[in-house]
Amino acid sequence: MAVLTAKPPVRRSLPQGAARRAVGRNLTAYGFLCGALICFAFFSWYPMIREIILSFQSTNFVDPAQWVGFDNFRTVFADSAFRSAWLNTAAFSGLALVVGYAVPFVLAVVLNELRHAKAYLRFVVYLPVMLPPAVGVLLFKWFYDPGAGLFNQILDGFGIPPLSWLDSTSTALISLVIVSTWMNLGTGTLIYLAALQSIPGELYESAELDGAGLFRRVWHVTVPQTKLILLVMLLLQVVATMQVFIEPYLLTGGGPENATVTVAYLMYQYAFNFGDFGGGGALGLMLMVVLMVFSAIYLRVSRDNQS
Amino acid sequence: MTTTLNPPPLLEATTPTPARRGTRKKKDKGRGYETRSLVSPMSLQTWHGKLVYWTILVVVVIGFTLAFVFPLYWMVTGALKSPEELAQIPPSFFPKHFDFGVYADAWDQLQLGVFLKNTALYAGGAWLFTLAVDVTAAYALSKLRPFFGKLILGLMLATLMIPPMVLLLPTYLVAKDVPLFHFDLLNTPWAIWLPAAANGFFIFLLKRFFDSIPRELLEAAEIDGASPMRILWSIVLPVSRPILGVVSILSVVTVWKDFVWPLLVLPETDKMSISVGIASLSAQMPQNVLIASLVIASLPTILVFFVFQRSIMAGLTAGSLKG
Repeated sequence: MAVLTAKPPVRRSLPQGAARRAVGRNLTAYGFLCGALICFAFFSWYPMIREIILSFQSTNFVDPAQWVGFDNFRTVFADSAFRSAWLNTAAFSGLALVVGYAVPFVLAVVLNELRHAKAYLRFVVYLPVMLPPAVGVLLFKWFYDPGAGLFNQILDGFGIPPLSWLDSTSTALISLVIVSTWMNLGTGTLIYLAALQSIPGELYESAELDGAGLFRRVWHVTVPQTKLILLVMLLLQVVATMQVFIEPYLLTGGGPENATVTVAYLMYQYAFNFGDFGGGGALGLMLMVVLMVFSAIYLRVSRDNQS
Repeated sequence: MTTTLNPPPLLEATTPTPARRGTRKKKDKGRGYETRSLVSPMSLQTWHGKLVYWTILVVVVIGFTLAFVFPLYWMVTGALKSPEELAQIPPSFFPKHFDFGVYADAWDQLQLGVFLKNTALYAGGAWLFTLAVDVTAAYALSKLRPFFGKLILGLMLATLMIPPMVLLLPTYLVAKDVPLFHFDLLNTPWAIWLPAAANGFFIFLLKRFFDSIPRELLEAAEIDGASPMRILWSIVLPVSRPILGVVSILSVVTVWKDFVWPLLVLPETDKMSISVGIASLSAQMPQNVLIASLVIASLPTILVFFVFQRSIMAGLTAGSLKG
């Protein structure tokens, strides 16, 4: 009760020493932070602003840059490759999702059931991920070779006529999806595998007691239990595949007949082949807006997961 | 399960657990497995279950080997074949004679020595910069807690939401003519090192780890008169070895594997990284020499994977946050 009757403590400003210490602490902290602040300012934060400026300016890096409003966007829209680029990018992402998203999940479910050779299988599935992407892509370029390439030789072994892989408009994009999937499959598989291991066994047990067969157990236990990671991986996969560049750059150069031009590749071409950084910037900004939507959903999902 | 967003599983994943393997083996000899999964251990006891299990196991092992190891076997042996043998139909499974001379040719003709040295310089420097910049930043944000610390961390994490490809052109322009200073970083290692250090994901990982270090430990040192630098060096860093390992491997491997950025900022042939160098010289090379150089280029990362498997896989589950 004595507490209630006691006078409330008088509010005083911090003693001189404490204030000085707080300032000192902040100075030290910013000293530690300055390296990161400089790196981020120049190579992350400023480029974001610069990207927006770039797409509304015309610049040749000799004369001062001119504001041109939406001119860059108009130029890009009028380009016949523009439509192909977006359609190809969407098709690439779609195909990569069908293969690159579903297959790792199935592989992970199967791997999780195996009691033997687990370490070997995990190691092997991740091996292509460790190859430098340029090596993987050039390796597949050789496999796709229409003459003595490995793939046509294998088809030949089964009595199937050879395909022209990268040289035909109908197969070129799929060939790119195959390389990309081969190189990235391991990541998804191992992440799913980690997620599967956290599912409590009792859930399967009770589902089985209720008479659920194998596929119903996968559908009613495995999928709901890994729903969040499935969603997160879906979004990450979309964001990653929509940036596809190295495959068209090294394998096809966007051909044949623009069949493999992607947005990122067209952006590169505008800047470094046509010398039009404004047009490239406009493409980059459009891609950024589209991908930010997916990123925002991803952020939302992972934050919900955290709480 | 985004392990990234919860520190405990991450910490678990990054600290080796050697005891586990032994206990599990012991349990296997008993009734079966301590935790069941999709298929019940009972159904694996029947001969029918065993048959299905072994069939699937064999199919999976063979399938994985064909899909993921065979292309690498084809690459390593392809380099040993002569150009005529490479063009031959049907192809030979084993090379006719082992002539490792082509690897030496690749080394000389493609100046792989120069490319490898460059790449090592870029990756090594990026590693040092990343550690120096990101560790100090994470330490400041986690333990010194300055004003606006949360805002700065938020801005750093926000960069993860913007895919690197869309900022390619403006970042290139920055490297070409750094604002305020007007340095031209093209064809210098700085163009690789500085952007590599601006990694919000590493800062996030490190900060979460530093947050878990008990405050009393640092306060005791502070009372003993240790400076913040000294506390970082003598207390924080030694206990953070697991996470430093993960960040180190990830940063080196990322720089080593990168293609687009070095392609833009290191256009001079003598300055190229190995990936860019091989890709840009690939058209002029005989096929077997090119394939030999692919093998040489992939050896470093594959070796790193052999040695640091555990940390890389741990970093992978942590990496599921990265966009």
